[in-house]
Amino acid sequence: MSEANGHKEKPRLTNPPKTIDFRISRRERLGAQQYTETFEIPYRKNLNVISALMEIRKNPVTKEGKQTTPPVWDMNCLEQVCGICTMVIDGRVRQSCSALVDDLLIGSGGNTITLEPMSKFPNVRDLQVDRTRMFNHLKQVQAWVELDGTHDLGAGPTMTQAVQQERYAYSRCMTCGCCLEACPQYHDDNYIGPQAIAQARYQNMHPTGKSTIDERLNGLMGEDGITNCGNAQNCVQVCPMSIPLTRAIYETNRDITFNALFGWLRK
Amino acid sequence: MAGKIKIAVVGGGLAGLAATMKIAEAGYEVDLLSVVPVKRSHSVCAQGGINGAVNTKGEGDSPAKHFDDTVYGGDFLANQPPVQKMCEMAPSIIYLFDRMGVPFSRTKEGLLDFRRFGGTLHHRTAFAGASTGQQLLYALDEQVRRFETDGKVNKFEGWEMLSLVLDDHQVCRGLIAMNLQTLELKEFSADAVIMATGGPGLIFGKSTNSMVCTGSAVSACYQQGAKYANGEFIQVHPTSIPGEDKLRLMSESARGEGGRVWVPRNTDDKRNPKDIPETERQYFLEEKYPAYGNLVPRDIATREIFQVCIEGHGVGGENQVYLDLTHIPAETLDRKLGAILEIYEMFVGDDPRHVPMRIFPGVHYSMGGLWVDFEQRTNIPGLFAAGECDYSIHGANRLGANSLVSCVYGGFVAAPNAIDYAKNVERKNTETNGVHATELRRQQEINLQIIKNKGSENQYKLHEEMGKWMTDNVTVVRYNDRLKATDEKLLELQDRFKRISINDSNLWATQAVPHARQLKNMLELARVITLGALQRDESRGAHYKPDFPNRDDERFLKTTIAEWSAEEPILSYEAVDIGLIEPRKRDYSKGGKKEGKQPQETLRLAEQAAASGLPVKEGADQIREGGYDQKPENLSGAKIWSQEKGELIDPETEAETRVQQGKDIDAAGGKQTDER
Ligand SMILES: Cc1cc2nc3c(=O)[nH]c(=O)nc-3n(C[C@H](O)[C@H](O)[C@H](O)COP(=O)(O)OP(=O)(O)OC[C@H]3O[C@@H](n4cnc5c(N)ncnc54)[C@H](O)[C@@H]3O)c2cc1C
Ligand code: SF4
Ligand code: SF4
Ligand code: FES
Repeated sequence: MSEANGHKEKPRLTNPPKTIDFRISRRERLGAQQYTETFEIPYRKNLNVISALMEIRKNPVTKEGKQTTPPVWDMNCLEQVCGICTMVIDGRVRQSCSALVDDLLIGSGGNTITLEPMSKFPNVRDLQVDRTRMFNHLKQVQAWVELDGTHDLGAGPTMTQAVQQERYAYSRCMTCGCCLEACPQYHDDNYIGPQAIAQARYQNMHPTGKSTIDERLNGLMGEDGITNCGNAQNCVQVCPMSIPLTRAIYETNRDITFNALFGWLRK
Repeated sequence: MAGKIKIAVVGGGLAGLAATMKIAEAGYEVDLLSVVPVKRSHSVCAQGGINGAVNTKGEGDSPAKHFDDTVYGGDFLANQPPVQKMCEMAPSIIYLFDRMGVPFSRTKEGLLDFRRFGGTLHHRTAFAGASTGQQLLYALDEQVRRFETDGKVNKFEGWEMLSLVLDDHQVCRGLIAMNLQTLELKEFSADAVIMATGGPGLIFGKSTNSMVCTGSAVSACYQQGAKYANGEFIQVHPTSIPGEDKLRLMSESARGEGGRVWVPRNTDDKRNPKDIPETERQYFLEEKYPAYGNLVPRDIATREIFQVCIEGHGVGGENQVYLDLTHIPAETLDRKLGAILEIYEMFVGDDPRHVPMRIFPGVHYSMGGLWVDFEQRTNIPGLFAAGECDYSIHGANRLGANSLVSCVYGGFVAAPNAIDYAKNVERKNTETNGVHATELRRQQEINLQIIKNKGSENQYKLHEEMGKWMTDNVTVVRYNDRLKATDEKLLELQDRFKRISINDSNLWATQAVPHARQLKNMLELARVITLGALQRDESRGAHYKPDFPNRDDERFLKTTIAEWSAEEPILSYEAVDIGLIEPRKRDYSKGGKKEGKQPQETLRLAEQAAASGLPVKEGADQIREGGYDQKPENLSGAKIWSQEKGELIDPETEAETRVQQGKDIDAAGGKQTDER
């Protein structure tokens, strides 16, 4: 983020190309064959991947001049907070709404940008995937605070600024799936993954949420549980919200050990 | 009657989830439909916070003042009883979210922290970093997931509601929705339906809204007989970051935390903004509105910025002004505004901690929406509405951080009323008399028509054209001739719409069919907005006509009601319930915001509060005798920014300076907007 003295300017694209090629993975429907099409659009300043896709969608003709179907992708907030537009861009999983064309071109040094769907989720069509399983993971760890009721019962528990700030960091997870895409241990939904572990940790940190910590830890101790983590740390590196994932994994492991050791005492 | 009841909630933003949670908690079954997975709803975008007069800063804040600020901020166009109820409920809503685990920012003591937002002098806005909407939505999402796990909630994510199912007596019996992967249509029969589908920003092409905010579902209800109210009241946010795909919001909290809006005094000044000395900067909001300074309500800020730019005084002569945070220490900024500064940095590339941001107004919020009564019932029996898609709370202009609270309030009120209705509604033989199948067939035919059409028009280009016309002519400044021309344009677009051909031959998960349907509905709603604006020959809140610069209570202290007909919207006007606070001139440039009949009004408020059993908090009085102009008991919190060096000064002195300066402005020829 900001530096103590002076500010760092992002590098600028000084010599933009006239046109940009978008190599886009296509798939007609779930289970169909995947193929690639290339679209050429004129370079403009301030493009992000989404605005380029919008441009292509208006008139879907490939670089070779073939009329084709418009690429399908998901988008909503366009501010990198809903997580829906996640895809693999030039080999890296990230949100397409915050992927600025200039930055991508600086990164690659060329004039081609490659768009692929995430590979670890069912590919609905083109760049669209189905991440329902991530929401199921949240059910599995009971990622909520158990309330007596939603009627007026006055203020919640007090909390120090330090705890609040730590919880805030976890609260920003938008279930985008970058962490699962990057995790070498996650495939075929064999492992619940860092997202759900972090959300369990988030709830376990809450004074009321703590009361159901056992249920949450239970959700993480099955075959698809936390022990699958090989500590490769890819997840933290790709997480767009900088969720402290490895810390969550470490602390949750600690809680589980503690529970295993002393759990019977509380029974 | 008896038996199981079923309620359908359309939309899983704050309003929809709030309603769903309440219904499920009461033990009833809910079908929850949403275009996007509910956790990805537009509500995640809200950055600034949620209002509730919890009065933790010893400022003597109270629900009564929140009520007054809201009504006054809305230029008296809101029916007052529901606004009052909302403001009374607001503190408990914030506490509930606190209990659900929202990581609200805290004071040193570990209590909830509050910040000050536009249109009030109180610290009334609870916030979670700078991504409050995200955290509030997630908290509800978590609770609803709990009920889903218990089998109380059936989620239909990736389903778009297309139309209502109405029986022969125009009673709502459910709805038709489309699966966005398969294009399968399905009937959802329900004893009551709650609409919570959010705003219609996409009618303006680019806006600060998310891409599902088309208003399409609401337009469908309107075309089936639901009344649409106050459509012409569209809030344009003063500070957005112009972008290719959308206008990204720079939250008002940037101003709340001390951000200052300025332009170089000399438009040709090409210097780096940091090198322009204070004396050569024009802090035009602070100069004109000394009391509120950069925190004037957003409609005023918007118009001032718009005005400065169209008069050619924007930075570099372009449509942009500076929003400057560089005088605030970077750590403070990171702590309080981290998320929104990241947005700017991410999408523009400059670091706002060190370089003033460039911003321009962007379409942001619709005060108008489905007409509802004080129980969130629309005019169609069995159909309820809550959240941004209803018109009820914000009048002619919404105050910052008041939407989230109104969404939750709306959901909380709609839910029990829908349950009550569903328990008592006669069902007769609606299941068997075929109304659902008939409506399903009608929708099927619309789809087939769209798919079959072969014409030369492009749906996305039509959308762009509509957006541009609406943005240019139906936003900040409105002229009747241009409004008329816009309506003609909309008619032309409606005609051209008949000649679109979808450019997707693959119907699996196609976005072309849904978009075409949305476009058609958006065009209908665009006419409501435009014609409502055309007929309202006055200026009020977000609606501003230079040719009619004053508020005209005699003719227009009325709710605009639009009803659909095949030719054009039929407009009528309904009296506004102003029984609690007497309308007064809205003027943020003067000393207090109070004038004229203050004491009486305060008395009435006090009686009202007593009668309604408003909780009386410890500490400062809720309602001061003799009006708000009196010195507050406790000045410690009631500080406001001075226009000088951004230092805090007390409001007493401030009021005097401001009155003096207000006079100066008047003497110098005044400005029209000061009168409003
Ligand atoms: C950038 C930004 C910042 C904001 N900041 C603040 C703030 O700080 N404080 C504040 O109080 N307010 C703020 N607002 C306003 C506030 O965010 C919105 O008014 C509010 O979130 C609307 O919530 P909602 O529940 O009505 O609808 P939304 O959150 O918009 O949800 C609509 C839901 O309806 C669904 N839907 C839509 N159409 C259909 C259909 N046809 N079929 C099925 N489902 C459908 C969608 O999938 C979605 O789930 C902000 C708005 C923006 C744009
Ligand atoms: S933890 Fe990070 S990468 Fe994983 S889903 Fe959440 S936000 Fe995305
Ligand atoms: S640290 Fe664990 S969860 Fe994260 S990427 Fe590695 S294996 Fe996966
Ligand atoms: S569209 Fe929401 S994260 Fe990109």
